[in-house]
Amino acid sequence: MSAPALSAGRALRLAALSAAALVTVAPYLWMVSVASKPRDEIFSSSLRLLPHRWALLDNLREAFHRVPIGTLLINGAVVCGAILVIQVAVAIPCAYAMAKLRFGAARLMMGLVLLGLLVPIHATALPLYVAFRRLDLVNTYTGLVAPFSVSVFGIFLFLQFFRALPDDLLDAARLDGMSEAGIVARVVVPNSWPAVTAFAIFSVVAHWNDLFWPLIVVTDNRVATPPLGLFAFRAAESGSDYGALMAATLVITLPLVLAFLFAQRRFVEGITMTGLK
Amino acid sequence: MSAFALRDIAKAHGAQAVLKGVTIEAAEGEFIALVGPSGCGKSTLLRIAAGLDRPDAGTVSMSGRDVTAVPAAGRDVAMVFQSYALYPHLTAGQNIAVPLAMRELSGAQRMPLLGPLVPGGRARRADIARRVAATAASLRIDGLLDRKPGQMSGGQRQRVALARAMVRQPGAFLMDEPLSNLDANLRVHARGEIVELHRRAGVPTLYVTHDQAEALSMADRVAVMIGGTLLQIGTPQAIYDDPAHVEVARFVGNPRINLLPGRLAADGAAVLAPAAPQEAGPGSVTLGIRPEALGLRACGPEVAAAAVSRLEFLGSEVLVFVRLAGSGEEAVAKMSPAAAAGLRPGCPVALAPAPGAALAFAADGARLPAPAPARIAAGAGR
Repeated sequence: MSAPALSAGRALRLAALSAAALVTVAPYLWMVSVASKPRDEIFSSSLRLLPHRWALLDNLREAFHRVPIGTLLINGAVVCGAILVIQVAVAIPCAYAMAKLRFGAARLMMGLVLLGLLVPIHATALPLYVAFRRLDLVNTYTGLVAPFSVSVFGIFLFLQFFRALPDDLLDAARLDGMSEAGIVARVVVPNSWPAVTAFAIFSVVAHWNDLFWPLIVVTDNRVATPPLGLFAFRAAESGSDYGALMAATLVITLPLVLAFLFAQRRFVEGITMTGLK
Repeated sequence: MSAFALRDIAKAHGAQAVLKGVTIEAAEGEFIALVGPSGCGKSTLLRIAAGLDRPDAGTVSMSGRDVTAVPAAGRDVAMVFQSYALYPHLTAGQNIAVPLAMRELSGAQRMPLLGPLVPGGRARRADIARRVAATAASLRIDGLLDRKPGQMSGGQRQRVALARAMVRQPGAFLMDEPLSNLDANLRVHARGEIVELHRRAGVPTLYVTHDQAEALSMADRVAVMIGGTLLQIGTPQAIYDDPAHVEVARFVGNPRINLLPGRLAADGAAVLAPAAPQEAGPGSVTLGIRPEALGLRACGPEVAAAAVSRLEFLGSEVLVFVRLAGSGEEAVAKMSPAAAAGLRPGCPVALAPAPGAALAFAADGARLPAPAPARIAAGAGR
């Protein structure tokens, strides 16, 4: 790709995009800035991005001292991992059946999936909570994972992807002696990595950052997810030590940021493929 | 006993009947080409033979065993698809090995890493690798085994698809237009190759194509299907020389047979009526004359039944298109360049069918008994 001359229109577009990017990234930069400042500078009246005196290490030490960040990260990884594995394991066979097998209830199921896409978790949170209390699932990993085990979004995404798989390929697999389950495992999944990756990104980002459901179903810090842990920390400390809070936030967002930097290209591919942006 | 047989197969998609009771029986080692225009139901019939679709009525049997209710995985058939349908995530070698691995390895032996450790797994895998290599060598694709389908040309993919079908000795080969995605040169070459492979393997083959030349040149017997009905099945020569139905005559042969209005005279002779056909009376028929049998006489003044509209020079022969004076229909004659030497567009000619070359068809398309040699209706010209 040769760099074209910087025409006026191109410069204008670049400027507009840069401005938008700056606006988007500003809060994150501010968070990093605050995490690096000692307490007196945070509350000073002057607006400075770079601190006079660097206090990032002090803030981090303080954060690790007061917040069980290790536990939070492990909880986050366990919950997001479990959610992702179960969602993929449920959504792929379901989407395969709906995309490629002919059966009577296919249209009804399609309607249910679309309906499911329309209902947000906030609408079902209360009845779910009541049920989970009865089942004694409050303050457990199961309670955090179970409501998300069926992802209609995942079914929908895989459905669209599987529809594009050629029927001949599946017929060839049948003639080669594979069962339908074998076809899913040996033909469909190996050819669906772009869809699985895209879905994994969406799922992990959404559930790593989710505060709403953990806030409802978890009160015990031992199973708290990262955002919930921070939330508890902020409330408990009455919000005076912003430096430590921001340092903790920095640590907790770091895995996603690193993952994004490593998998940037796939990330963009995934978003483009789903046609969401 | 037939190697495989489709009997009275009927299939409808909704209200539309796709197959209306088709029967085809293949003998051991026979190559049958199923030919017809697109939408005639031939691919549906093939899918039923493969077990990918269920017929609404009729039976499918292989080596005397009724397999109508057996799904594809349980039938001993191999299929080559028009799109080749190679697994894109596997190399050519792995693609060819799949049918063997699925049928000859146990579930545990198929496991990616542990498989070779399972008792018997290593020996079976070595055996499969050996047979894959042998099949690949016979198709001269042994150099491609490490490539993925995306890195191969159309012709190479087609060979890999053939190898995947051949690697285990199936009870029957089913081929769904395997050559239609190749360019013209490669296609003619691949025809010969498939016939040769079939002769060596000796496995009965049902070969679906819409290309009548492919069907005539490759098959032991040709089955012509039109509109969900099997109109005729027979040797290529019988199909060409002795079509049972006007649609068969129309479909087979290139350039197309001339179908001209005519009538049967009282003495049983077929009479070409160059004028617009009179009301379809009891004696009126359609006369089919192959282009190579339709002679033209550069005419004198007496009968100008037709006029040359254009000529196509093909090297060894010339196609002469003529327009009939009365009905305005076009007919085509195939002749040697020497015979066509005197013909120019606009030149008046008379039709001179070779004696006995005319095939007579009734109004419903059925073939009528061989008529006496055709002659031009006297006095019916201009």
